[in-house]
Amino acid sequence: MKRTGAQIFVESLKAEGIDTIFCYPGGATLNITDALTDISEINQVVVRHEQAAVHAADGYARASGKVGVALVTSGPGATNTVTGIATACMDSIPMVVFSCQVNTMLIGNDAFQEADIVGITRPCTKHSYLVRDVKDLAKIIKEAFHIAASGRPGPVLVDIPKDVSSALADFKYPEKALIRSYQPTYVGHPGQIKKAMRLILHSRRPVLYTGGGVILSNASLELTRFAEALSIPVTNTLMGLGGIPGNHPLFLGMLGMHGTYSANMAITESDLIIAMGARFDDRATGKTDEFAPHAKIIHVDIDPTSISKNIKVDIPIVGDTRNVLIQMLKIVENEKETYRQQHRNVAEWIEKITEWKKNYPLTYQKNSTLKPQYVIERVYELTKGKAIITTEVGQNQMWTAQFFKFLKPRTCLTSGGLGTMGYGFPAAIGAQVAFPRSLVVDIAGDGSIQMNIQELATAVQYNLPVKVVILNNGFLGMVRQWQELFYEKRYTWTHLHSPDFVKVAEAYGAVGLRIENEKDVDKVLKEAFKNKRPTFIDVHVNPEECVYPMVPAGASLKEMLLV
Amino acid sequence: MRHTISLLVENEFGVLSRISGLFSGRGFNIESLCVAESLDPTVSTMTIVTTGNDAILEQILKQLNKLINVIKVVDFSEIDYVSREMVLVKVNAEEKTRPEILRMVEIFRGKIIDVSSRSYTIMITGDEAKLKAFISLIKPLGIKELVRTGPIAMARGERMLKIKEKTDIKGGESNG
Repeated sequence: MKRTGAQIFVESLKAEGIDTIFCYPGGATLNITDALTDISEINQVVVRHEQAAVHAADGYARASGKVGVALVTSGPGATNTVTGIATACMDSIPMVVFSCQVNTMLIGNDAFQEADIVGITRPCTKHSYLVRDVKDLAKIIKEAFHIAASGRPGPVLVDIPKDVSSALADFKYPEKALIRSYQPTYVGHPGQIKKAMRLILHSRRPVLYTGGGVILSNASLELTRFAEALSIPVTNTLMGLGGIPGNHPLFLGMLGMHGTYSANMAITESDLIIAMGARFDDRATGKTDEFAPHAKIIHVDIDPTSISKNIKVDIPIVGDTRNVLIQMLKIVENEKETYRQQHRNVAEWIEKITEWKKNYPLTYQKNSTLKPQYVIERVYELTKGKAIITTEVGQNQMWTAQFFKFLKPRTCLTSGGLGTMGYGFPAAIGAQVAFPRSLVVDIAGDGSIQMNIQELATAVQYNLPVKVVILNNGFLGMVRQWQELFYEKRYTWTHLHSPDFVKVAEAYGAVGLRIENEKDVDKVLKEAFKNKRPTFIDVHVNPEECVYPMVPAGASLKEMLLV
Repeated sequence: MRHTISLLVENEFGVLSRISGLFSGRGFNIESLCVAESLDPTVSTMTIVTTGNDAILEQILKQLNKLINVIKVVDFSEIDYVSREMVLVKVNAEEKTRPEILRMVEIFRGKIIDVSSRSYTIMITGDEAKLKAFISLIKPLGIKELVRTGPIAMARGERMLKIKEKTDIKGGESNG
């Protein structure tokens, strides 16, 4: 029996085990939209802006580990996805975005709602397809999901013209995607691993520097075991938070521009950096010439292009971080006696680090004003660290990274690479769809929340009880901080007028709460976390608070401005 | 340093723009690029001449390998290879300069492929040095137009670009 392209699309998604899509309709989606009528196997969440569909799919993917799916219409529907796709691409999030397209006959004619979305997204997707023949549709969908989820994951775009979704073809979903030119390397080279282990054995001041790769490959258990087996302190990038429990004695906190004193000093004084699933981003390394000046560097990454891109590496290992850690743990296991001495070898180093941690902890000046850091500390305490946290971008993001101790992987959802304001709220919606019973909290700022505030309607419509803690300081705080420190306090463009967020929430049918002083924090947060409805908590915090420590742009990690 | 890179890519719509987009997006340099169908019609061979230091070249090779449609990447700087380019030159051909032009074309084993009352169109193939020498000799006679193909390259001897899997870039980094 022949089926339409739209039916083939639906059957392919089902065969792929996709249970949720985030979507927005339009003229070009109609064939597919219609084919999804009464398809109860696929939860269809209609958002209010296509960018949010992609961020929601992204949050869904990060929280669950599954591939996120978004579906949008042609032209503006497709172009609205670009920021979401670029966000996912920078952070290696597995995702397939289906954009619908005008009829194949019209492509290139500047037709109504036509955009060359394959062309526009080419540099910010892992791969993309324009389906030109309905006969290829099932095969392309199979390949798209395979590419998105395998190797270094990333977003794949599939553009489906309207006449393709109405054309007829036989349907058979391929069992495997066979792509001769795409074979990611999963297992680390044993020779390289042996060399790396020898270096580790000779190191006296080793540091594990781990990133999003540990989260993506579900390697946090192995990472923690490895760190414990050899007494190696661990620092995380922003993307790597949750890779080792945030309260673990070997954990140094985040490194980089707003990293902890102990993490940045440990990197600077280390004699061996073991980088795992991290890519030496400029926000993590500071001035590259002075990054870990005394250290040899081992770099484990599934993507060869990440290796020796920013920092020259001594021992590269291409492979899946989890696999490589398992291979390394096996060596430790087999040579127990040899490796046991390593605890003694690094004892002095651990002592030094403990000293740093004690003398320079993350802190802030406590006074009569309501401090944003305090609010985040209370969110952590009241949720016992068990919430899924999303952030926007700016000060809210950095304070969350510093003051919320992420105990588990996939609980810190944040736009690390692209730094997309407006990410957190739709991502929280996506995470809440994946985990309806979990507490999902977006830590936002008054600037960022305005960038996708329309999604309140989505949260209310689907009864997704997402909590948004708005750290409202009346400023675009991070840009203001730079103006304070480097532009003589000329706060041009950064002093924002915001609406009454409580009323906005209520107008959408959500709950709006407000906190204006420290003594209300616990009471109101508890109330918010208890109710089963989407809730905005407008927290009026000290307007001119800064994020510290801070490494000025272009400085080396040891040149930190402290509180 | 200058490098000649050969690629096998899927002979599909949009592949060329992925490759040229990669070069422009990452600030890599393309001196020339040649592409056409290979013996296997599903595959195209591409020859790119680029410049950059070792670190840049390493990134170019890795980034090319990372593209889903790229089947194989070879940097000829580590391999013994032959490379040829073709140039078409339209030169002024006056009564008195014609014998000189003909002599030069013969010496360089070129061909005159079009003639008009005032011009010759000459085809020359060879390596870069030969083409350069020819162009500089013919220049004083008055070049009206010049078109070059950019070089294509092939390894010497039995070595071939085969479709099997993506190349290792540096020993040990990848066991793919």
